[in-house]
Amino acid sequence: MVFSQSSTGEKINAMHESSFAPLSARRLLVLGGIGLILVGMLVGDIFAVFVLHQNAARVGASLASAAHAALAGNHSLVQASFQDVGAFLENRGTKVDTHVHMIDFGYLALLLAILQPWIAFTEGMKRRLAWLFLAGAILLPVGVFLIHYVGLVYSPLQTIGWASIFADFGGLLVVIATFGLLLGLGKHFRSRVSEPMQDTLLQDRSAAGRALFVGGVVMVLAGFLHGAYYAGVDLYRHEALDVSILTDMAKAAAASDAGMADRSLEAYGQLQGDKAVKIAAHAHIIEFGLLAMLLAFFQPYVSLRETWKSRWAYVLIFGSVLLPVCVLMELHFGLVAGGLADFGGLLVVVALLGMWIGILRYTGQLDAHLGDAR
Amino acid sequence: MNGARRLLIFGGIALAVWGMGYGLWYAVFAEHQALNGIGSSLAAAFDASASRNAGAAEAAFDKYKQAKYVFDRQVDVHGHWIGLAMLLVVVGIAFDRVRFAERYKRMLASALVAGAVLFPLGVLLQTFDQGSIPRAIAILGSALVIVALIGITLGLVGRQTSVDQR
Repeated sequence: MVFSQSSTGEKINAMHESSFAPLSARRLLVLGGIGLILVGMLVGDIFAVFVLHQNAARVGASLASAAHAALAGNHSLVQASFQDVGAFLENRGTKVDTHVHMIDFGYLALLLAILQPWIAFTEGMKRRLAWLFLAGAILLPVGVFLIHYVGLVYSPLQTIGWASIFADFGGLLVVIATFGLLLGLGKHFRSRVSEPMQDTLLQDRSAAGRALFVGGVVMVLAGFLHGAYYAGVDLYRHEALDVSILTDMAKAAAASDAGMADRSLEAYGQLQGDKAVKIAAHAHIIEFGLLAMLLAFFQPYVSLRETWKSRWAYVLIFGSVLLPVCVLMELHFGLVAGGLADFGGLLVVVALLGMWIGILRYTGQLDAHLGDAR
Repeated sequence: MNGARRLLIFGGIALAVWGMGYGLWYAVFAEHQALNGIGSSLAAAFDASASRNAGAAEAAFDKYKQAKYVFDRQVDVHGHWIGLAMLLVVVGIAFDRVRFAERYKRMLASALVAGAVLFPLGVLLQTFDQGSIPRAIAILGSALVIVALIGITLGLVGRQTSVDQR
């Protein structure tokens, strides 16, 4: 069937309106998903600037204290120092988990938003599942963030505190919502619908969408190549060095050789830094690649001029490459590279915010149009 | 939905469910034990050094090495299975943008799914056997993922046809 341009446009508008109606599951998941990614990235930036390096210094100091306590034959100080290391690592671990889970739940929300037309439930059911997903996706990272501060206060259990219990409950809500939506997907494919599913989001071939999708695949590929190089060249060397440096440190302590113990501590710090930047670069370029691929699908909802859509797409790609490249160079160029990496992260956040505002504009236009129609 | 797309989307969903199930098992039954093993062996090594007991320190460091080796791989397996599952679904949704004949697209999809399963599996097998076979499986898996991604990139940047432009 051949449509005239205006009737095709009307048909596309009608399809957009039905799939992106106010408080529809797709709208909730798109806006909520990008919101989660934005907050997760800001948490990551704040963590990198105010917590990461200070915490690493404290871990190093506690390890040095353990080595010097062993040197002095002070058993209780050795144990106390390792307890401090454990506490600092828990603080660091919960902050990293908050950052990672918020962003990953955001990705999952975007993925589930794309799949909405294939989920064979009523819109009401899909909306309830979307709300459930978002509630869990917020509860889990907030709970994880609070674990370090709440501890075991008023906890009914001996080892797990209230923050942990709420975080686990949030995770359960996410699992239930995701499983529910997957059941809807299975129901659709079991029903053997003869008519192919029409979704304008998947038919978009705009310049911004293409740039984001191709750029995303290339970033994921680059991340994989870097990961393969790391596994082949550095992984086993790092693992061997980790044990040999610690053994040297303990031997120095046993031989009461303070100079060797300090040299081993310095080498251990260097090794941890080398490992951290390589793993961070690998993880970030793949995550940003996936983000670019996911955002490519939602470009029809970004209500901005084509030139601005392309600008935000290229800013996001540029920031996504700049951050991991500069993270890799941090060991050689120090704060300059670190500052550029943070700038790359900021570019990604700004581009994402630009797209999010574009989608909000689109929802406003759509709602106004629906209001006029009524 | 054609065969290649179906393979990627359903393969991705199955792998995500498997990866999450593995993560749940790991969090409940393995993670805390592994962290305890790492922490306690390291503390024991330094404690033995404080007692000038080189033999006990060495034994404790051996325990630390083993515990850390297993822990790192178990965490990597969980992260890679779920990350790759997400990649499979996203690529699957947009697979009609890859401008190759259906036969080549099926080959690319099969290579990507096989690599996504094999690469973390090889890493996981290294926790049971540190020989060359698990390592070879991991290398084969990652090579399949890389080759498939190169193919998909070429298919995406290929010349735009009149059908695409419409």
